Amino acid sequence: MSWAPAAPLGADVLVPPSADVEARSPLQLFWRRFRRDRLAVASLFVVVALIVVAIAAPLIVDVLGLPGPDVQNLNLTNYFGGPLGPSWSHPFGVDKLGEDVMSRVIYGARVSLEVGIIGTLVSTVIGVTLGMLAGFYRGWVDTLLARTMDVFLSIPILLLGLGIGAACAVRGCAAGLIQPGLGVIIFLIAIATWPFQARIVRGLVLSLREQEFIDASRALGASDMRLMFREILPNLSAPIIVYATLQIPLNILFEAALSYLGIGIRPPTPSWGQMIADATPIFNTAWWYMVFPGAALLVTVLAFNLLGDGLRDALNPRGAR
Amino acid sequence: MSAAVDTDTPLVEVRDLVKHFAPGGGLIAPRNAGAVRAVDGISFAIGRGETLGLVGESGCGKSTTARLLMRLLDATSGQIFFEGQDITRLKGPRLKAIRRQAQMIFQDPYSSLNPRKTVGSIIAEPFAIHGLHRDRGERKREVQQLMETVGLNPEHYNRYPHEFSGGQRQRIGVARALALRPKLLIADEPVSALDVSIQAQVLNLLRNLQRSLGLTVVLIAHDLSVVRHMCDRVAVMYLGKIVEIGPNEPLYGSPCHPYTGALLSAVPVPDPSLHGRPRRLLGGDPPSPANPPSGCSFHTRCPKAAELCSAQEPMLEPKGSGTDVACHYPLSGEEREAMGVGSSAI
Repeated sequence: MSWAPAAPLGADVLVPPSADVEARSPLQLFWRRFRRDRLAVASLFVVVALIVVAIAAPLIVDVLGLPGPDVQNLNLTNYFGGPLGPSWSHPFGVDKLGEDVMSRVIYGARVSLEVGIIGTLVSTVIGVTLGMLAGFYRGWVDTLLARTMDVFLSIPILLLGLGIGAACAVRGCAAGLIQPGLGVIIFLIAIATWPFQARIVRGLVLSLREQEFIDASRALGASDMRLMFREILPNLSAPIIVYATLQIPLNILFEAALSYLGIGIRPPTPSWGQMIADATPIFNTAWWYMVFPGAALLVTVLAFNLLGDGLRDALNPRGAR
Repeated sequence: MSAAVDTDTPLVEVRDLVKHFAPGGGLIAPRNAGAVRAVDGISFAIGRGETLGLVGESGCGKSTTARLLMRLLDATSGQIFFEGQDITRLKGPRLKAIRRQAQMIFQDPYSSLNPRKTVGSIIAEPFAIHGLHRDRGERKREVQQLMETVGLNPEHYNRYPHEFSGGQRQRIGVARALALRPKLLIADEPVSALDVSIQAQVLNLLRNLQRSLGLTVVLIAHDLSVVRHMCDRVAVMYLGKIVEIGPNEPLYGSPCHPYTGALLSAVPVPDPSLHGRPRRLLGGDPPSPANPPSGCSFHTRCPKAAELCSAQEPMLEPKGSGTDVACHYPLSGEEREAMGVGSSAI
């Protein structure tokens, strides 16, 4: 102690009783709470497994001895041209082109996760940036952005999707910015969902910017950029992560819907939604073609939803105190 | 306390400072409809090494004054001089340079520290912002030294604010404010959120730091005993105006403004033998600063109010007791006696 009077006054209260206990970072606290939620841990395993499957799809298909997802084999259709059901060599059966359904479901995870994660990433970056600007600067910036959000929220996104899907089907549009397939879907997701993120972030920033630590940083001479990205953003990480995790399954479903409508992923690239669409006319005779991609979709969406709920409970900022 | 003071130019001088908060302030709403006059034309100076206390009820504009001085709010009109330089409208790098000279300690130790940052990075933030001590090891050493200075265990460098008590958090805030070695330290009710047992520790820390670093301090408080303990001079605010300002002794010993008298009369005295001392407590609440009374803004609650008071606003001027008072009818000795205030009491 460099100050004599401070020492006798302060010394006895300086060392809290838990001084020998390792300091816990918010991450460690989060993990301890998260671990206790079994459903969330289980869904985390499912999500990790899905990601592994998506990344290692060719390897897994190889190991299982399945044909590639776009290998057509008309020998596998019956006398009337109907596909054959599940068998030892084709556990999920084949489709009407003789393509292996299991192989396609495994590859389909790639598209779903790509759309889910990239789409969420794009809309989160846009939403967080604009929401933060609106909440931080308030005034006319806020008014402008709030009206813009209203405009975007009033776009009938499925109709726009049908339009853009048709317009960009062959060569892409907006100077190649929107490519047919994945590009169209991610573009649609981004413009359809960023206002939701932006609104949430705006609300949080409005309350965070009134906290005294923001004034303290400002008094130290921090720039607006520093205040937003170094002081406010870390406090938004928990809600952003939770919201993004809950956004992923919605985007996966959106991709499935668009692909079902024929404006998303095009054959031969497999996508669950597109498989379900293909299966619709022949469901009476070939149930497996719809059930397996449908189940994969269900499990994926459920796992992400449960993971999101678990994260929300564990990251609850009030609990961190 | 104010012995080695260079009295040529005051460190801070405030002239006719005004801050009005316009309601709504939207694109359509009329701008000046019933603006809240948080600070309504105050002037004072703070000498180097001096400790000025700013007291008054909640909502009288104390914190707004502090935020104006810190340039966290922009003044509606008036001027703030720092070492003779007008900083009222400074911007950009020049404002940033001034910020190194003046720092602030905040009221709420729970919201004044970013919960997502370690104590080390909170105290190092001033260095990061101003590009000082770029070397990591050196920065850590500086931070740990600051922690030691304010009575924190330097080992707790990597802990998060939620692991500290209110008093310790306030010490973290003090360390952060001192990191840039400012000349002026503004403490906005630094202890009112703390337990009484902790308040004295933090106040003594502030006083020791003030003495050893030669800081100029503005202490905002609503606790008059705290201010008396800490300050050389005291300014009493009411409804956005200074009603009485002066050195410690005359202000506490012979308060002239009826409001100062009422505040002092309300101070609890930890002495049972004085239990029956006369008291004169104010009734009612302060009027709304959006619609302040005419003339002297205190006349609606003043026991001595006369016709003149609601008609003409009194100037802040010396009345022979050693303080500057804004009152047409300052308290007399007998009146002080009747209120139980003055040199004999407290």
